[in-house]
Amino acid sequence: MTDLVTMAQSSWPEPMAPATLAAYLLLSGAMFAIGLVGFLTRRNLIVMFLCTELMFQAAGIALVAFSRFHLNHTGQTFVIFVLTVAAAEAALALALVVLLFRQKDSLSASVWREMKG
Amino acid sequence: MGAILDMLCSTMPGAATLASVQHAPAGASEGAWWVMLIPGLPILAVLLVTGCAIVDIRGKIPAWITVGSLAAAFGVTLATYLEYSGGTAITYGFRWIDFAWGAGEGQRFVADFAFYVDSLTCLWMLFVTGLATLIALYASEYMEHDIGPNYCRFFAAFGLFVFSMACLVMGDNLVLLFLGWEGVGLCSYLLIGYFFKKDSAVQAAKKAFVMNRIGDLGLLIGIFLTFAQFGTVKYAELFELVGPYLELVREGRVGEVPVLVQIIPVLFMIGAFGKSAQLPLYVWLPDAMEGPTPVSALIHAATMVTAGVYLIARTYPLFLVSGWALPIVAWVGALTALLSATIGMAQFDIKRIMAYSTVSQLGYMFCGLAVLSSAGAAFHVFTHAFFKATLFLCCGAVMHGFAGQLDLRKLSGVMKMSGWGIVGGAMLVGCLNLAGVPGTAGYFSKDMILAESFVTPGPGYQAIGWILLITAGMTAYYTFRVFFRVFVGPEYFEPGDEHHGDDDHGHDHSHAGGHGHFHPHAPGWAINLVLAVLAVGSIAAAGAYFVDRGHHGWVGGLVHASTANYEEGSAAFLYHIDDSTEIVAPVDGADGHAEAGEHAEDAHGAHGTILGLDPHAVMYYISAVFGLGGILAAAWLHGPKGAWGLGLGSRTEAAHSRADALMDAMQPVARWAQHKWYVDEFYDFVIVRPLRVLAHAFHVIDKLLVDGLVNGVGALPRLIASRVRPLQSGELHGYAAGMAVGIAGLVLTVWIVLAGVSG
Repeated sequence: MTDLVTMAQSSWPEPMAPATLAAYLLLSGAMFAIGLVGFLTRRNLIVMFLCTELMFQAAGIALVAFSRFHLNHTGQTFVIFVLTVAAAEAALALALVVLLFRQKDSLSASVWREMKG
Repeated sequence: MGAILDMLCSTMPGAATLASVQHAPAGASEGAWWVMLIPGLPILAVLLVTGCAIVDIRGKIPAWITVGSLAAAFGVTLATYLEYSGGTAITYGFRWIDFAWGAGEGQRFVADFAFYVDSLTCLWMLFVTGLATLIALYASEYMEHDIGPNYCRFFAAFGLFVFSMACLVMGDNLVLLFLGWEGVGLCSYLLIGYFFKKDSAVQAAKKAFVMNRIGDLGLLIGIFLTFAQFGTVKYAELFELVGPYLELVREGRVGEVPVLVQIIPVLFMIGAFGKSAQLPLYVWLPDAMEGPTPVSALIHAATMVTAGVYLIARTYPLFLVSGWALPIVAWVGALTALLSATIGMAQFDIKRIMAYSTVSQLGYMFCGLAVLSSAGAAFHVFTHAFFKATLFLCCGAVMHGFAGQLDLRKLSGVMKMSGWGIVGGAMLVGCLNLAGVPGTAGYFSKDMILAESFVTPGPGYQAIGWILLITAGMTAYYTFRVFFRVFVGPEYFEPGDEHHGDDDHGHDHSHAGGHGHFHPHAPGWAINLVLAVLAVGSIAAAGAYFVDRGHHGWVGGLVHASTANYEEGSAAFLYHIDDSTEIVAPVDGADGHAEAGEHAEDAHGAHGTILGLDPHAVMYYISAVFGLGGILAAAWLHGPKGAWGLGLGSRTEAAHSRADALMDAMQPVARWAQHKWYVDEFYDFVIVRPLRVLAHAFHVIDKLLVDGLVNGVGALPRLIASRVRPLQSGELHGYAAGMAVGIAGLVLTVWIVLAGVSG
């Protein structure tokens, strides 16, 4: 027990080098951009949902990378929560998609446009 | 409000000394509790009849409840009269209105629900309750075609009418009088508009109500000023406070009476003109014919229209101290009498003729009050109540029997038809009275007023006397015109267009729409009984003239014992008023004015004269000449051939008579009279039309300006929204793109700002 605490408070593992961080952020940004573009261009509800998941994870990678860079656990903790919520939300969202499909026999997002001014 | 009244009180001359609030009635004794039953029984009947309507009683029970309670009220009134032993008795009910806005004098307003009984009250209530009972009995038969909820509605309003009249007559203060005053106004509205599905009835009801409201405003302001000036609205206290002013008048110092005190009766008078249908507010009364006939009889004979006369008689001391009120009353009364008589001469609807005769006779009553013959006015009210009720109920019987036919050109010889004898006889009695044939009650009461108008030295009173005399002749003419046309002569009738009820009471020979086999339906026992009683009453009323000769009859005695009594030289208008307020000299003849018949013998030259003769002595003959002249004219123009036409008539058919030629010869006067001198049209043009135009203008302003502002406030956001709303397309990708662009913009902004801060 004492060892664990000591380990956590020690400088181990070593802080991440700035160059490594940049690589991670680049990966995160690329993933986010792919998710965003996918969300905006695709019509299929399931694909759009996957794109949102992609954006989630991109944000998660950035958070973990920063956490590792700063040797601060907050970012990682936050990502754990985000994953939990994302899992629950995935269940909900897929159920909604099923229901929507049953209504119009289509997975296209463009068939749902009644809510307009 | 209190502060304003207070200020008004303190700035008024004489208010400081005279405005005092007394709580114990001065000079009045405690009255018996059962006097309360006089208004109490009718209102009880109203509640019971309302109950009948709730449990949906079909039958004549509401009528019997009303007749019974009114008869009981009449009995109580009779007991009150028999118990009455002079002076004033006040029966205290409860404290009705009591509020104070300070501890000072004149800062507390008190009005009790209490009843003031003196001889004038007794007189009025006797004929109000007595005639109301008879008319209710008549109505029980007359309204039988409406048995059911409407029957209940009729009798509830009827009872309320009598209750209101009782409050008006017996109230111990002006506020209670005002309650009754508005009450009779309301009930007349309800009853005139009884046939509320008929547009003309609704219009007539509205007209009556609005016309009355105009007068009521005058009365109301008068009551306000009375309180402001005297600090009380109770008669007992009021008359005591007027006493000093009466004393001033008697000494000839009329100018010292405060102007406000002289204005109050003028305002009361306006109220009386509205209620008693005088110029210029008389036009509602003839239209009130739209109501069922018993209502017309009730309004015309006993209640409502006599209220104005009562108001003036009740507050007579106030009128006496005013230099202007009574002369105005005299002239308005005389002109009303003349104008409505001319209209009555040219009408063809017999009920309407009777209505105009009421207006005309009310003019006589007002003149009677104004020429200081309050006894004559009250006597005329009394006799008129009998014979006008008779006349109206006869017209009602005709209307009831001939399916609403009232046109005198379409009826003839009614009296000879089987079952119509009592109606014809009663009509003859009524006509003789109204025409003022010597020996009838109407003759004596009219003469009292006529004679006094010649001897009283008021402004132009001689002329008023002549106007009234000519009117008397015209009255006799139009009254007998109806009698000669409708009741005697060859038998003829055209039924009217009302067929309600014919099937209800088993007249299988008279089917709706079957003009060919229409049979007039002769009145039943209730109508005949009432007509007989009223006809006998009309004849017997003449006897009242011989009861108490010293005071011009029984009625005169009752008036003499009340506050409506006029004492020698105590009327302000008999004196000239000049600027110095010093004039003591009465107008010629004021001191020589014979107060009552007992002085008639020693009348001297200072009197007003009629053709150089003493009016008191010769009026009996002169008015008889005018009355009989009118009847002979009617006989010549309208009478049938034979004995009933007095040997003068030549009429052999219903629709035409000698008068037609006269009518043609007298165009356009006849046409104007026929159209009621276009007074209704004049009012319509001068008042109704401009108000309607104004109303339309306001309507437009309301629509454009007010509604425009309000709607504009709502329309502006709507307009902006209609431009922005299409952005919300319902397209999911659109929102997503918007969000992405928004976040990008936000990030960019933050970046630039941070770069700016750090740079």
